[in-house]
Amino acid sequence: MSKKIIFGVLLVVLSVVVILPLVSAEQAITLLNVSYDPTRELYQEFNAAFIKYWKGKTGQAVTIQQSHGGAAKQARAVIDGLEADVVTLALAYDIDEIATYKLLPADWQKRLANNSSPYTSTIVFLVRKGNPKKIKDWNDLVKPGISVITPNPKTSGGARWNYLAAWGYALKHNGNSQAKAKEFVTKLFKNVPVLDSGARGSTVTFVERGLGDVLLAWENEAFLAINELGKDKFEIVIPSLSILAEPPVTIVDKVVEKRGTRKIAEAYLQYLYTAEGQEIAAKHYYRPRLKAVAAKYAKQFPKVNLITIDEVFGGWQKAQQTHFSDGGTFDQIYQPQ
Amino acid sequence: MILKKQYSILPGFGLTLGYAVFYISLVLLAPLAVVFLKAATLSWEQLWNIITAPRVLASFRLSIGASLAGALINAVFGLLIAWVLVRYSFPGKKIIDSLVDLPFAMPTAVAGIALTSIYAEKGWIGSLFQPLGLKIAFTPLGVIIALAFIGLPFVVRTVQPVLQDFEKEIEEAAASLGANRWQTFRRVVLPALTPSWLTGFALAFARSLGEYGSVVFIAGNMPLRTEIVPLIIITKLEQFDYAGATAVAAVMLVISFTLLFVINLGQWWSRKRYFVVKGAERNVS
Amino acid sequence: MSVNVISKRENSPGYTPVGEPVGIQWLLTGIALLFVGVFLILPLVAIFGQAFAKGTAFYMAAISQPDTLAAIRLTLLTAFIAVPLNMVFGLAAAWAVARFDFRGKNFLITLIDIPFAISPVVSGLMYVLLFGRQSWLGPWLASVDLKIIFAVPGIVLATVLVTFPFIARELIPLMQAQGSEEEEAALVLGANGRQTFWRVTLPNIKWGLLYGVILCNARAMGEFGAVSVVSGHIRGLTNTIPLQVEILYNEYNFTAAFAVASLLALLALVTLAVKSAVEWKSVHLKQETGEIKNGNCNSECK
Repeated sequence: MSKKIIFGVLLVVLSVVVILPLVSAEQAITLLNVSYDPTRELYQEFNAAFIKYWKGKTGQAVTIQQSHGGAAKQARAVIDGLEADVVTLALAYDIDEIATYKLLPADWQKRLANNSSPYTSTIVFLVRKGNPKKIKDWNDLVKPGISVITPNPKTSGGARWNYLAAWGYALKHNGNSQAKAKEFVTKLFKNVPVLDSGARGSTVTFVERGLGDVLLAWENEAFLAINELGKDKFEIVIPSLSILAEPPVTIVDKVVEKRGTRKIAEAYLQYLYTAEGQEIAAKHYYRPRLKAVAAKYAKQFPKVNLITIDEVFGGWQKAQQTHFSDGGTFDQIYQPQ
Repeated sequence: MILKKQYSILPGFGLTLGYAVFYISLVLLAPLAVVFLKAATLSWEQLWNIITAPRVLASFRLSIGASLAGALINAVFGLLIAWVLVRYSFPGKKIIDSLVDLPFAMPTAVAGIALTSIYAEKGWIGSLFQPLGLKIAFTPLGVIIALAFIGLPFVVRTVQPVLQDFEKEIEEAAASLGANRWQTFRRVVLPALTPSWLTGFALAFARSLGEYGSVVFIAGNMPLRTEIVPLIIITKLEQFDYAGATAVAAVMLVISFTLLFVINLGQWWSRKRYFVVKGAERNVS
Repeated sequence: MSVNVISKRENSPGYTPVGEPVGIQWLLTGIALLFVGVFLILPLVAIFGQAFAKGTAFYMAAISQPDTLAAIRLTLLTAFIAVPLNMVFGLAAAWAVARFDFRGKNFLITLIDIPFAISPVVSGLMYVLLFGRQSWLGPWLASVDLKIIFAVPGIVLATVLVTFPFIARELIPLMQAQGSEEEEAALVLGANGRQTFWRVTLPNIKWGLLYGVILCNARAMGEFGAVSVVSGHIRGLTNTIPLQVEILYNEYNFTAAFAVASLLALLALVTLAVKSAVEWKSVHLKQETGEIKNGNCNSECK
């Protein structure tokens, strides 16, 4: 009998321990920022700074919740009902997709300065210390015997930037011939032994598993990998030409209207453009837009010859259609012989 | 479908069956119907084009082939492990017994990460095979290893309880009638184990077919070579291609449903046969 | 490690030995141990090795982070709801399937198996299609402000779906093998249905049931794919332990990731140890009262 009582008491205690914290969850203002993978460290610091700033300005306490994952997956979650007040994703295309479901206006990119991208990045090469395979530029990647690590452009935003940067380089060196560019990129992907589904997966493959001679990565990811995982093991190579990556941010109108958080969500995004916000971005190796901050961190960011997606590919919608949708150039690379 | 019971004096048929069917409808059938409804928004031609795309076909070949290979490995070694655990005693047996459930307990993603680090070129086991020119991680072999890992408990755990309850007197009778050990095992023990053995095999196979978390890390995800079906579904979802994703998902469901049904029928048949044999034995004794 | 192989009941009178030759026993045990070593112990060693790579202090810090604690709480809550639901279902389904013959029985068994065969990813997708903002139910759910996916109910539902076959599947073959003679005898002797269930059926299947519950629980706590699709990944709010592991891993925080992962492995080991203890105790109790039957004597009664 006593055993039954002990068991019963245990059961009750367990339920209370488990359920109580859920019931007593705080009722303060919360803001949900749905973002992509590489921005975790950036927003961790930025959120803390914003909370302090907002408290000082309005006296209001705010909690900021973060959600990270592959950019496309995150956009899909927002479309399916994840109540994001703001989205900060890898590509404009992902936010365009949210706009097609009428959660925010189609011209969202005009709402904030600089194409709604408070910071930019680019694609660089990460190689092993001493650069044993002498990899200097994109044309070194197609040489036989070079093993290239990149994520899958179908599932990773960063990989799409990689793909387009390679394509852009090939266009420039082959008199704008699309056929030649396709040939070049096909050769490049013949040298890819593993296609991870996300940028972080590729970094782990290259750094932890020791696979490959060169990793195509976001500039901020390359810096982070060096700092977190081994300053003496890797170095960054800047190719002669790369692509200007503009990760965009915006408010999800449907959600902020429902939750009454428009004002604070707008302030949150605006704060990214202030000197403090830009400083934090630069510290996490995102290239700042603000001239003063850019000048201060000029040494950290080497000069890169950049093409833009609008000039060379006619915008994200078109690039996505031509290259990454089913039957696009990427699928053609992997046709069976 | 008409559910009609044969006469039995046991109570609770209506209640238990009704509840089981209600629960399954709520948790499984309703969401399942949505998948098929969504897939049905495509025309036959569209559906055909989606599932006969070379990459999709290749992924089906890999998923089915590797799952079969993994399940076969498990059928052999799972039976062996169950046998050793029930019949023999050796130090540390309890620990080994507990460890069998590990693949269930470990989050699949963690299993994938751990397996990849072991079987990659520089890993503990991968480096042993490296000199032989045999690569495990990032090849179909790696996929098989991951699937064998996640499916192992199914065979052991379905065979074990039946073997435990198996009456040794029957074996003793066979032995005293002059059967050698192998004959006794093959003619007496194995038929009794077959239903649960088949169940274990079927479950391991079916589970492997849909496995995602542990495989993506070790597979390498090369189109046409090491891309599994669930990855194709995810890829389509990431391109906001809901219809395409559900189409592939629906085809996969149909395949696994058919396979499971066939195996369950086979199991039912073998059990009937076994019980007839067992009944005859009883009549003799 | 020396393998001490014991053939049981060798000394009982009139006993015909049915065990394999000792050499074969050694060989089989050796193969089984090798397989378990390579397939199960090595990954486990890898996980614990990585988890403690930076020492115990780091390990403790990693598993007592607020986000990790929140993930542990959510995982416990999910299992706490999902497992009992599936246990009731498992008992009902096993009773109907193992004790009665009816048309469509094989179809029903196949239905029970389906969650094993559905890719967890598809399980998650199904609930998104059913409850998502773009679904038929979406507008209604939004109007009553009921959040199912990307909130706790969705996570529980996905877990229930993925784990509901475990208990039923454990019980069905067991109850089929046992047959229904004992229950019929009880009924004939005047017991009612409930008494028969509690006094005859349950004691007979309790170990199978326990196995099932443990597997179901372990799987519920470890489920990744399906939960990942419906979770929304909000830190400290809708992340379960496996998702937290993925997050830490993706932050290059490998040691912390493996530390949290080791919790799940540890949890499984502890539950199984408890199970073994209970089993051992019940066998010894039986022995004292002289109830034990020769046929049911396993390694526990050596």
